Amino acid sequence: MAEKKNTCDLFDCGHRACGGCGEALAARLVMQAAGTETIVVNATGCMEVFSTPYPETAWKVPWIHSLFENAAAVASGIEASLKKQGRKEKVVIMAGDGATFDIGMICISGAFERGHDFAYICYDNEAYMNTGIQRSGATPYDASTTTSPAGKCSFGNKLPKKDMPAILAAHGAPYVATASVAYPADLMQKVEKAINTPGPCYVQVHVPCCTGWGFEGEQTVAIAKLAIETGLWVNFEMVDGKVTKVKKVVRKPVTEYLKTQKRFRHLLKPKLQETEIAAIQAIADRNAEKYGLDIKLPPKKG
Amino acid sequence: MMEITEGSHAVAEAVRLSRPQVVSAYPITPQTHIVEALADFVANGTLDAEYLTVDSELSALSACVGASAAGSRTYSATTSQGLMLMAEVCYNASGMRLPIVMSIANRALGAPLSIWNDQQDSIAMRDCGWLQFYAEDNQEATDLHFLAYKVAEDATIQLPAFVCFDGFILSHTYEPIDMLTQEQVDRYLPAFNPAEKLDAKDPMSFGMYATPDYYMEFRYEMDEAQKRAKGVIAKYGKEFGTLFGRDYSALVEGYLLEDAETAIIAMGSICGTVKDAIDEMRASGKKVGLLRIRVFRPFPSQEIAKVLSHVKRVAVLDKNISLGAKGATAIEVRDAMYGSTIPVKGYVLGLGGRDIRKKDIKEIVSLCENGVGDQFYGLRKELI
Ligand SMILES: Cc1ncc(C[n+]2csc(CCOP(=O)(O)OP(=O)(O)O)c2C)c(N)n1
Ligand code: SF4
Ligand SMILES: [Mg+2]
Repeated sequence: MAEKKNTCDLFDCGHRACGGCGEALAARLVMQAAGTETIVVNATGCMEVFSTPYPETAWKVPWIHSLFENAAAVASGIEASLKKQGRKEKVVIMAGDGATFDIGMICISGAFERGHDFAYICYDNEAYMNTGIQRSGATPYDASTTTSPAGKCSFGNKLPKKDMPAILAAHGAPYVATASVAYPADLMQKVEKAINTPGPCYVQVHVPCCTGWGFEGEQTVAIAKLAIETGLWVNFEMVDGKVTKVKKVVRKPVTEYLKTQKRFRHLLKPKLQETEIAAIQAIADRNAEKYGLDIKLPPKKG
Repeated sequence: MMEITEGSHAVAEAVRLSRPQVVSAYPITPQTHIVEALADFVANGTLDAEYLTVDSELSALSACVGASAAGSRTYSATTSQGLMLMAEVCYNASGMRLPIVMSIANRALGAPLSIWNDQQDSIAMRDCGWLQFYAEDNQEATDLHFLAYKVAEDATIQLPAFVCFDGFILSHTYEPIDMLTQEQVDRYLPAFNPAEKLDAKDPMSFGMYATPDYYMEFRYEMDEAQKRAKGVIAKYGKEFGTLFGRDYSALVEGYLLEDAETAIIAMGSICGTVKDAIDEMRASGKKVGLLRIRVFRPFPSQEIAKVLSHVKRVAVLDKNISLGAKGATAIEVRDAMYGSTIPVKGYVLGLGGRDIRKKDIKEIVSLCENGVGDQFYGLRKELI
């Protein structure tokens, strides 16, 4: 286990993220779980930019940023180097959904195939936020972004979210999990497991982005929670490719989640787009079925 | 000890003797024999390195970035399309001042696809901050790897380096090589011990972003390091000569230049042909000499201007072209000779592996004597 003394501020205050930024919150929690004996590899994106405006840095562990698409390969090299030197630090990758689902795929696939010992943390805010809210392979169906705008002939992003955890599980990753900033203890436990399980492990963390999704900064945690309660985000763990743990919920209708964010506003106003909402509800229903999300309430006594 | 060895094998042996701790490369013709030989060394225990079989050149050089930043001596090799796929990482590695050494078995760039030699690939990367060495023969290709590590890792330089040698013409050719022993290399090249690295004992941030208030000074510092490299190459090149008898202190090398009226400037394996042509031209009374550029980055501007001050004309041979402009060497030599009245003519030749013979060199000298130049040489007119 990594030493954990004085770890609250390994990702320090003073960074330049928007107030209420989900990925800044995730960074703090991940570092709290990771501890001081960690080397962080950060992909290009909001986190890298808001945490390291030269000559200031928010990172109190060794940290490297190379490019948008190569964090997994840089981490491979670090891990190989540490092995050769007999050093014991753990390697943690921090990369956005764009860096992970899209442009980083080749480096990620190679690194997971080679089986390097690292924890890959994808902070998923479901779009390219740093460049101004463009869609990514993680953008949910019907979300309006600047490259998948809602308009007279469009309800927003046409494509479903890519199943990245399944892709990495198929690479033989020994530990794959999803987590949310709404459940910090669970998130930290999963990060610890990913770090302490030998081999390439993956944790995908849901991190609402107030600027990109269109909500007030104090709503971040409430919205992350609603994503889980509606079944649109599922918190689970996979060990050796098998789902071993799922956060069950008493599900709410998806509109409870959609109505909190401007990126879905076109589905609700000026009129309710029932077909589209039904399609999104179907995504939640499929999740519920696939992962067994629903808590069966005892029948009401009458 | 003298051995008849293939160029790629000699280079691989030099890399082995340099004791890299992390090797990360992706196969591409005509570089493959190097990475195959290194894999063989690791498989047989004669090279104690982590050898990463990566998914692409993008990952190959990215892994070197990580390993170098973590404090390991790293090595990669590529050419042509592979180097282009690494372009973004090349800029990144030099910006982070990581002394990675990479062999380039020079090859043309597609389209059209060509596996044959020219020097377009490394020349296309001339602005990326890496030192660039060009070998004339395989002895030099071998030795330059030791020099490249020593210069790149010097505390006052900290820049990555390309060691370029012509694909097939050198990489696949057998020549006698005087290979150093491990003990000799260890005496010349100390273990890599960077002052700054990724280390939990002393946390540092690498690769931060810089606002307009800070960015320019980073580039300035890199340019200053390039300039300092001239002196450092001279120092370590001389030390190599003192220890092993082959002096690499000069960035440029003259051949029968002292009394030359026409100076040819060239880089790489073509220089052997040029020297033979010069011998024949001299025998028939023409005073021709060669200035061979061994180090293209840092570019030896002052050195070139100095040794050419007495010639009547200069013919620059480029196995590359900056399309829409000229061959890169011609452009830079003209810049070096700015203010002089000596005419400098450029000739783009040998692209995509087109043969260059002694008679071509002689013809170029005649063209230059008649003031004709700044052109492709050796085109098949019937195809145009
Ligand atoms: C090769 C390359 N292409 C494009 C970019 C521009 N770019 C920088 S960050 C970014 C998006 C980052 O998105 P994500 O990974 O989701 O992180 P976020 O900003 O959302 O946290 C893009 C497109 C780049 N830096 N490099
Ligand atoms: S745009 Fe979004 S991800 Fe970027 S700093 Fe602001 S809240 Fe965070
Ligand atoms: Mg994102």
